Amino acid sequence: MKQASRVSLHHPLSLIFAVLNPWVAFGILLLLAFFATYMNALSWADLTYVLPATSLGYVLLALVARFALHEQVSPLRWVGIALITGGVGFVAGGPSLTEHPEADEPCQREEPEVVVSSEVGS
Amino acid sequence: MKELDTGFAVWCAIIAIASASVVGDVLLARAMKQVGDVHDLWDRSGLWTVLGRVLGNPNFFLGVAAMAVAFFSLLFALSWGDVSLVAPAAASLTFIGNAFAAKIFLHERVDRRRWIAAVLVAAGVVLLAG
Repeated sequence: MKQASRVSLHHPLSLIFAVLNPWVAFGILLLLAFFATYMNALSWADLTYVLPATSLGYVLLALVARFALHEQVSPLRWVGIALITGGVGFVAGGPSLTEHPEADEPCQREEPEVVVSSEVGS
Repeated sequence: MKELDTGFAVWCAIIAIASASVVGDVLLARAMKQVGDVHDLWDRSGLWTVLGRVLGNPNFFLGVAAMAVAFFSLLFALSWGDVSLVAPAAASLTFIGNAFAAKIFLHERVDRRRWIAAVLVAAGVVLLAG
């Protein structure tokens, strides 16, 4: 976007030309791939479960910046990476889907271990 | 004075991005919950049924429209401000906003674990920008 000239509210057409920039177009293609996988995840997990998990992308971005682009990553940024990773770990340890007993959704699935243990118990 | 104006415009754009993202995320999440588990549906009825169900859902299109608003607000903001400010600020506001919105509109059980995760991730994203 820095290659494209400044986008101004007075010239909205310049946004259309910005999309024709190959880097922007390639970025949009990757965003589409992200979108398809994101939709898939949302079909079987809560939004508040999926969203923190997608933030691992920021960690990946920082690691690419450090090791591929050889940018300086300050200690504060490493703390940021640790916080995000910790947050994702937190949410990943919990259930992925809120069960709505009143709703007749087909997405109520029991974990296999739970089924087995309840059978053994009864 | 000019710098102040640009800063104000960038923060307005950041809030616009975050708001549109939250609306989009909630609508898309609702649409995909209405569609049901994509894996199961694909196994039972095939890809075309999945596509038909998703593309036939009005919430999906409203969500995509909100995401498009967020995306173009992001392009506007990126042409004015630094990516290292705009992207993390908008993202962390989106994380916090989504936790509230998911609880209110999607009736998700946002327990302590998920609040902590939202706050940790939002704080981490801000630190990455520092």
